[in-house]
Amino acid sequence: MNSKNSVEKEVRVVNEYEGKIDRLIAMEQKQTRSLSTVRDGETVKIARVEAGRGLNSRLASMGLVPNVQIKVVNNTHPGPFVIIVKGSKMMLGRGMAHKIMVI
Amino acid sequence: MVLKKITVAIAGNPNSGKTTIFNMLTGARQHVGNYPGVTVEKKKGLCRYKGYEITFVDLPGTYSLTAYSIEELIARNFIIDEQPDVVVDIVDASNIERNLYLATQLIEMNVPLVLAFNMSDIARQRGMVFDIKQLSILLQSPIVSTVASKGEGKPELLDAVIEIHLRRGQDTVQHTKRINYGDEIETELANIETLICTAEKQLMEKYGSRWLAVKLLEQDSDITEKIKNKEILDAVTASTEHLRGIFGDEPEIIMADRRYGFISGACQETIKTTVESRHSTSDMIDTVVTNRMLGLPIFLALMYLVFLLTFKVGKYPMEGLELFFGWAGRSIAGFWPIDSESWLRSLLVDGVIAGVGGVIVFLPNILLLFFVIALLEDSGYMARAAFVMDRLMHKIGLHGKSFIPMLIGFGCSVPAIIATRILENRRNRLTTIMVIPLMSCGARLTIYMLIIPAFFPEVWRGPMLWLIYLIGIVLAIICIKVLRLTVFKGETIPFVMELPPYRMPTFKSLCIHTWQRGWMYLRKAGTIILAISILLWVASSLPKPDSKSLKGLNSDQARQVSLKYSLVGRLGQAIEPALRPLGFDWKIGTALIGATAAKEVFVSQLAIVYAVGGEDAGEMTLRDKLQANYTPLTGFCIILFCLIYAPCVVTVVMTKQETGSWRWALFQFFGLTVLAYVITLIVYQIGSLFIG
Repeated sequence: MNSKNSVEKEVRVVNEYEGKIDRLIAMEQKQTRSLSTVRDGETVKIARVEAGRGLNSRLASMGLVPNVQIKVVNNTHPGPFVIIVKGSKMMLGRGMAHKIMVI
Repeated sequence: MVLKKITVAIAGNPNSGKTTIFNMLTGARQHVGNYPGVTVEKKKGLCRYKGYEITFVDLPGTYSLTAYSIEELIARNFIIDEQPDVVVDIVDASNIERNLYLATQLIEMNVPLVLAFNMSDIARQRGMVFDIKQLSILLQSPIVSTVASKGEGKPELLDAVIEIHLRRGQDTVQHTKRINYGDEIETELANIETLICTAEKQLMEKYGSRWLAVKLLEQDSDITEKIKNKEILDAVTASTEHLRGIFGDEPEIIMADRRYGFISGACQETIKTTVESRHSTSDMIDTVVTNRMLGLPIFLALMYLVFLLTFKVGKYPMEGLELFFGWAGRSIAGFWPIDSESWLRSLLVDGVIAGVGGVIVFLPNILLLFFVIALLEDSGYMARAAFVMDRLMHKIGLHGKSFIPMLIGFGCSVPAIIATRILENRRNRLTTIMVIPLMSCGARLTIYMLIIPAFFPEVWRGPMLWLIYLIGIVLAIICIKVLRLTVFKGETIPFVMELPPYRMPTFKSLCIHTWQRGWMYLRKAGTIILAISILLWVASSLPKPDSKSLKGLNSDQARQVSLKYSLVGRLGQAIEPALRPLGFDWKIGTALIGATAAKEVFVSQLAIVYAVGGEDAGEMTLRDKLQANYTPLTGFCIILFCLIYAPCVVTVVMTKQETGSWRWALFQFFGLTVLAYVITLIVYQIGSLFIG
């Protein structure tokens, strides 16, 4: 049991670092783009949020942290932006979508 | 037997079914108020169980416990300052990972915690299987499965609460529950903790050193302000710099990330999911109701139905109540001989019964309205309404949801102000409350109906009415803009909102919702409004002219003389010089003062000062008199002034009630009066130049 746990933990750590490396490489190659450019139905990963600390932390509390997968449900101009994060549907203002950088 | 008293705080995300659980636990024995000084609803309720009297406090629904929003700060401070015996965190079991984020923060606060996995039936339907025992070990807290909408899990939850309460008392050594943030952060945390233990003993005892260290590293403004010791602050700055260097991100984001890591770790081992179809039905409804073409028409149609139901259906019980109060007035008046001059009769009939009646006749409207609003809220449609209206409302600096109370304002400002409770953000809510009186309410329509036909030809009447409503809306938009730039300045709240899956609301919780708001209106508003209507009665009937001067006059003329002689009449005459530049005389001034009790009183007061008497035949003659005495420009200025100036007493009291202070109520009262004065002055003066 213990060994299983520690293996799983290691796997998690490795996954985490891989995610981080992905992000770093992507950023290096300037592959990140703003969430507002993502089309309906696409699934992307958050690289970072270019906003103040308050906004960043509010987004984090709603599940929008780096590395998390988000699916864009509605990105039709004009109007709010709808995404699915960790199984819940959320609506963002368009200004917010501009600030979220994704891979 | 003496009941042992314990206090339990209920925390949870918005849409986690927190209110439903609260209703399940406490039934209808609830007390609704505001947290002191803030516009955030505070609900308390009682429950007796196995020799305990448990007071449940419903904390504001939050996703987190940071210092960034007033709601989160309130929830957090309640837990720290009031030290509830147990905290119950309501977790939407069908949306577990996101919901557990708040739980991690509660775990860190080291409070006696019980997790209620609500909506576990929906989770089961989605094919989620929980290893509750293992998960509760990992989360270091007992877990109870509940289905609040069906009343399942109530005894289990209460048992767990009592057990945790007892266990807390027995524990001699309290172990600190914690979340592991990884070596780099843990090193910094340990460092800060050591400093706290030596330098800030008092704070440590209150908050716990671990939690303080976590909050400091997150650069929590509220906690950072409390730390006086410079050494600690320096160490925190150094640590955040150091961590920023390592991770290339703010420590708080990394810590949030670690919490999610902790959650997904715990969930991976204990939750098996077989199917992944959370949004099937909801998605289908959403494609229709948030559709670009259909969304707005559907929303407007629903709002029209809300209106229809509230004001059309509500009309019948309202008329019934009016008849009843009319009958009650006549019956009581019947105890005195006809034409009696008794002041007691007048006080009872014109003051008390008219005053109480004036409050209670609105009750059917209010109950109906809140029933429908609760239905929209609980079913999940309200979030979609905000979605649909957001683009428009955002342009003027408000939340999409603000549209609903403003719309209700066209019916009556009082329920509209109560309806601002659907807005979570305080600044938004205050701004909305401030401008609601500019939405021309039904009572003011009575004034327009008197004035407009008196001065304007048939073809102009419709457009005139439309114009006056439009002026109100435009002014409201301007006022919102101005308020957002001055009084309610600050970062516009980032617009992120959850669109919860649609749910069937339970009838019981709809009724509780409706009754609570209705009762609050009756009890709080009723007492103050009664007092003020008596005051206004006194002011408009005292002092009395001596009987000699009334001799030989018919009853209408007698009433005219009495009103002119009374305090209100004198006040009207006193302010005449100030009203002259607007084209008003003392008669209009007197009617305007009376109309602060309720806007429609303007018409009856004007009828009295013109001594036209009886309401049925009188209206035509009153119009004739107005036509003979004033120009159409003055007529227009009257409706313009009535649209904008001081809201009625009931609205003022509601504003005080809902904002928690007289400051906002008075600000609204005087602000609008000044606005009305300035605008009417400009219109009248410029208008006079052209019309002469």
